[in-house]
Amino acid sequence: MFKSKQLRDSLARTRGSFFGQITGLFGASDINDDLWDDLEALLIQADVGVDTTLSLVERVKDRVAREGIVKASDAQRVLKEEMLSLLAADGSRPPSLDRKRLLTVVLVVGVNGSGKTTTIAKLAHYYRRQGQNVVLAATDTFRAAAIDQLKVWGERAGVTVIAHQPGADPGAVVFDAIKSSQARGATMVIVDTAGRLHTKYNLMKELEKIRSIAAKQVHEAPHETLLVLDATTGQNAISQARHFKKSVDVTGVVLAKLDGTAKGGVVFAIARELGVPVRFVGTGEGIEDLAEFDAETFVEGLFAG
Amino acid sequence: MFENLQDKLQGVFQRLSSRGKLSEADVDAALREVRLALLEADVNFKVVKDFIGRVRERAVGVEVMQSLTPAQQVVKIVNEELIATLGEPARLNLDGPAPHVIMLVGLQGSGKTTTASKLALFLRKSNHRPLLVAADTRRPAAIEQLQVLGRQLDIPVHAEGTDVPPPQICANAIKKARQGAHDVIILDTAGRLHIDEALMDELAQVKAKTNPQEVLLVADAMTGQDAVRVAESFHQQVGLTGLILTKIDGDARGGAAISIRSVTGVPIKFLGTGERSGDLEKFHPDRMASRILGMGDILTLIERAESTLDQEKAQRAGERLLAGEFNLEDFLEQLGEVKKLGPMSQLLEMIPGMASMSRSLPPDLTDQQLRRVEAIINSMTLAERRNPKILNASRKRRVARGSGTTVQEVNQLLAQFRQMQRMMKQLRGGKGQRALANLLGGFR
Repeated sequence: MFKSKQLRDSLARTRGSFFGQITGLFGASDINDDLWDDLEALLIQADVGVDTTLSLVERVKDRVAREGIVKASDAQRVLKEEMLSLLAADGSRPPSLDRKRLLTVVLVVGVNGSGKTTTIAKLAHYYRRQGQNVVLAATDTFRAAAIDQLKVWGERAGVTVIAHQPGADPGAVVFDAIKSSQARGATMVIVDTAGRLHTKYNLMKELEKIRSIAAKQVHEAPHETLLVLDATTGQNAISQARHFKKSVDVTGVVLAKLDGTAKGGVVFAIARELGVPVRFVGTGEGIEDLAEFDAETFVEGLFAG
Repeated sequence: MFENLQDKLQGVFQRLSSRGKLSEADVDAALREVRLALLEADVNFKVVKDFIGRVRERAVGVEVMQSLTPAQQVVKIVNEELIATLGEPARLNLDGPAPHVIMLVGLQGSGKTTTASKLALFLRKSNHRPLLVAADTRRPAAIEQLQVLGRQLDIPVHAEGTDVPPPQICANAIKKARQGAHDVIILDTAGRLHIDEALMDELAQVKAKTNPQEVLLVADAMTGQDAVRVAESFHQQVGLTGLILTKIDGDARGGAAISIRSVTGVPIKFLGTGERSGDLEKFHPDRMASRILGMGDILTLIERAESTLDQEKAQRAGERLLAGEFNLEDFLEQLGEVKKLGPMSQLLEMIPGMASMSRSLPPDLTDQQLRRVEAIINSMTLAERRNPKILNASRKRRVARGSGTTVQEVNQLLAQFRQMQRMMKQLRGGKGQRALANLLGGFR
């Protein structure tokens, strides 16, 4: 399956460094105190965060004691299971895009520079290959040349971009994009929004407005609201996820820029505290560099030798 | 979460020996909390370890000063050490013969293009003639973005499309700058991963061809543990001279600043504080330290108040307040001024110790209350605002109806206003003068 392979490849670097070291730790036969300290250090350095790291290690310790585990390799299996159960905590909810609809609306949000526009291009390409007729809505009318940037990507992905002039009302762009999608029989609208810091009250209100305009035009829209997170982001990602979830009910995370050396470990905290699952992983600058997130492959990949 | 490290440490010390010298046990207990606070702020794990080691060395055996509690003493040492680590704010190096070249480098999405235009505006304000150079030939519409920003600010942009190699574009830009009498050239390079050898090599070529006086790493304040590796790689391969920390206007604690400083030793030159071209500020190590420790940002609040509020109006209101003439009309005017500073929840975040409280309030609530207060006062006649005493039951019913509130709410507002007036009277009476002085002294 291409997606798993791609995800594994993108994690190769991650694996080679930090999580690779975890495997190294567990290779050394018996469980002792150093093991737990090193484990904490490694998880924290992967941006998993203090709280989540401590709770993970605590749970593994508990189970090791309860189940009478003595071998480090068995402890590794337990850790893997606990990490997996964190990410899969919300796995009961099937991806909302599986249902057949006349028009599916996907809203893409995030802070400045997280990689929204590039991710949207990749999403457009991905869904187009799955047979969707995709239209992009360029509602970032604020940042200089954001519309041009989306148009270039739209051309590369072979999809239509609906845009107004710079400075236009984002709500009006969404309205037009949906109307025009309905008219031309498109099956999916992906809405590119302007980057905004989650602490900016007025900008978050604007986002709520964009969402409600979509909701009024299409039943149950937006059907998916994706938060694009930069994998290099630290603990602030939790605050981002919390604020965006509150404003526009984020249904999934896209972890962008995972092809660097950053681990993106903060998604464990986001899954644990907010129950928001990761949907996709961005693995490069090319339009094909997007992989469907699969918790098992992700955690498995972190441990693979 | 560590809203206020000092409160947290206060708790730790209540359980420990309280006065005299700081014992090893005292310090270790306190430093555990400091360590967690720093890790929560995204300071790199290894950097935290070194830092804690340094503070421990300094703190053990230190005499607790008369005026301080042990918690304050530890926070003082931590704070001093943090400020020292963050280093003095540094100016742009524009010495020697013009044109001076400033090269901006960084990861994708860190904010290089926006920062380039901010720098250009900053330089023009200080009587330079900057030239912006669009050397990002990779990201779609990056060149257009810089051109649009240049047009908005009326600052020229040198661009040669996407087919010319960036080192060539930059070299050409220097020639053009000489012809056009530009004395500063700002190179906006493409975002790249620090592990992308081909692209890092390209940066080295740009550097070799342009001989920049400043190579500034543009880094996102939200960066996590990886900041160390990114900064190290860029420093090794291109040689940095400074750092610009962007998106500091969010709620990130900005521990990356410490991490990057620790591994590169280069000074922090500017902070990016917003999306507009004017939003570039000088770096203040003391404020950054408070922020990283989660101790609020009262100085920024004061500065923002000073730059936003109408000084004359405030002065007049203050005089009327002290003269006992402050009425609901003045109050309404002041409310309008405060609202300009931003939503209440955001203001509370900046006050030490208030961050946790503001988080527990629904963000709309405080602002909603403000709106109600405004509505109530707006529903009063001028005479009523100037002399609230004339508000009898019938008038109150009218005001409540007009503002969509209840008579109770109107009464509540009036009661609060009377209380405020009483407080002012006491202050005028001299007894309060000292209390007020103390209060203000706490902010200095």
